[in-house]
Amino acid sequence: MTKEQKIIADAIRLEHVWTRFGDKLVHQDINLRLKTCEIMGLVGASGCGKTTLLREIIGLQQPSQGQIMVMGQSLHTVSASHAQRLRDNCGVLFQKGALFSVLNVFENIAFPLRELGVRDEQLIKRLVFMKLSMVGLAASVAWLKPADLSGGMIKRVALARTLILEPGLLLLDEPTSGLDPISSEDFVNLLSELHRDLGFTVVMVTHDLDILRDLCTQVAVLANNQLVAFGPLSSVLTCPHPFIEQFFHNRRARRVFRYQEPVNG
Amino acid sequence: MSDNTLKSAELPALELLKQADSSVCVRLTGQWNIRNIVTMPQVRAKITQLATDNSLNWDLTAIDLLDNAAALIIWQAWGERYPEKLNIRAEQRSLLERWRMQTLPAAKRTESKLGQLILYSAQLINNFYQQLLEFITLLGQLLLDVWHLLGNPSAIPWAEISITIYEAGVRALGITALVGFLIGIVLSYLSALQLKMFGAEIYIIDILGLSIIRELGPLLAAILVAGRSGSAMTAQIGIMRVTEELDALSAMGIAHSLRLVLPKVMALTAVLPLLSIWTNAAALLGGMFSANNTLDISYRQFFYKLPDVVPLANVYIGLGKSAVFGLMIALIACHFGFRIKPNTESLGNETTNSVVAAITVVIMIDALFAILFMGVGMP
Repeated sequence: MTKEQKIIADAIRLEHVWTRFGDKLVHQDINLRLKTCEIMGLVGASGCGKTTLLREIIGLQQPSQGQIMVMGQSLHTVSASHAQRLRDNCGVLFQKGALFSVLNVFENIAFPLRELGVRDEQLIKRLVFMKLSMVGLAASVAWLKPADLSGGMIKRVALARTLILEPGLLLLDEPTSGLDPISSEDFVNLLSELHRDLGFTVVMVTHDLDILRDLCTQVAVLANNQLVAFGPLSSVLTCPHPFIEQFFHNRRARRVFRYQEPVNG
Repeated sequence: MSDNTLKSAELPALELLKQADSSVCVRLTGQWNIRNIVTMPQVRAKITQLATDNSLNWDLTAIDLLDNAAALIIWQAWGERYPEKLNIRAEQRSLLERWRMQTLPAAKRTESKLGQLILYSAQLINNFYQQLLEFITLLGQLLLDVWHLLGNPSAIPWAEISITIYEAGVRALGITALVGFLIGIVLSYLSALQLKMFGAEIYIIDILGLSIIRELGPLLAAILVAGRSGSAMTAQIGIMRVTEELDALSAMGIAHSLRLVLPKVMALTAVLPLLSIWTNAAALLGGMFSANNTLDISYRQFFYKLPDVVPLANVYIGLGKSAVFGLMIALIACHFGFRIKPNTESLGNETTNSVVAAITVVIMIDALFAILFMGVGMP
């Protein structure tokens, strides 16, 4: 893949995705193309299938119908070793961090490196401590177990683990939920800084209007099982759908969007 | 000289180019990220080897992608200093600068071997003392709860008791019957071989009756229940800790001991004697079956003789023992359940501890009963 190809390629492509759980319809004919280097916020009411869509992109679940391409390939059709390479290039941050409780913070962050086959302990150590400081944690945290950490710290450690391989695609499930406003702000700055340095693509499920305003270059809105709007925030805001009306034009949202100082775009 | 062996479309590659002024330039190309470099250890070795030559000109501007880890690998290969002649983009320099400025925390101080041993022993003793204290507290709380319930019978958690009786008792009927039956057959068969030699076949009823009703039945039932329900109770309470259900109960002002411990203790204390009668019956049936086959002792003969050779006191001892077993199994299961911390390792450890402790305590209590009732119930 040449540099030019890399830029025009789609990081994620959903084609006619339908998902059903028994009789319950979750997604109805979702089509979406996200270019590389974009930051996409996926919003929608609770229970409308945002996390399910994210799980389908990661490959933890398969849609009932349709196709999901990640970096131009479908996880379910390529060979196992190829799928592994594809997964190594996708970092996933789960809502509750999903740190391994038997490992300390250092080993949690080092885990993907060791799985990749890195054996140089000095290299691992320097990378882990660098990522720790990147996410704003003191080096002494490295020897603690996840059970000894606060919610915000767990999120940061999980982010450090997600970023350790510097993946091309980052999938975040409500990255700022449970964080205080300062940590949340730090997170936005951190992510936009990393995005500038590393140029990865981000797909995040979020309800955080500040993130949508400051960070996301694309916004996808799920409502009534369908993708009702997709595009830059400014164009999504003009969409006349009732959910968008409720979500983006309530009093709180209007307050947030009045002070538009986008960091990105 | 041009080294094309390490070159590929997107993989990290380096080439040696001869320049006009006859100096040699090392040009790095491709995607330098950790995932690619791990698969190509030779690239790292090559840079390390080339870095020893100070006359080389390094050119990093043709690199498509350079991530932090790759920058570190290059930095380390250079011996953690910049080469004298270096052509580099600004953002690449900032990556390398990051590594140049990094200070690693000092290694953790570790105790000497003797220090570790003393520390470990102290922890062990302290842990035992803590556990004993917690267990006594649990027992005391249970007694207080029972006293409270005697005054307020309407507060007895019947639903929870009933569920536990079903889970730990009714659902254990199959396995206890099977194990009891098989043990009965084995015991009867082995004894028959010995008794035949002395012509004392009829004593098989004494041996089976006494050993099963007084010892084996209650013990087998207790060990099975400890393994089956004891572990389940520990894990259940542990998961409730992980999912914060325990905290939710406390926040609603509901005592853990009254709602979680007491029903389990009452249910097991009630159900284990019944299970032990059931196991006794299955084991005696197995014994009878085997005696009938190997020694020609008819079922009718076995049935009529049994009450004569096994005094009724043995049944009471067996039942009493079973009730104490049930009480202890439930208490130990709850004790270890509350010790579980919210992580997967602790869940596994404490569940194992619970089963091991319960079975050990059951056998210890059995020995205690054997000593206490040494002269009781013997024909």
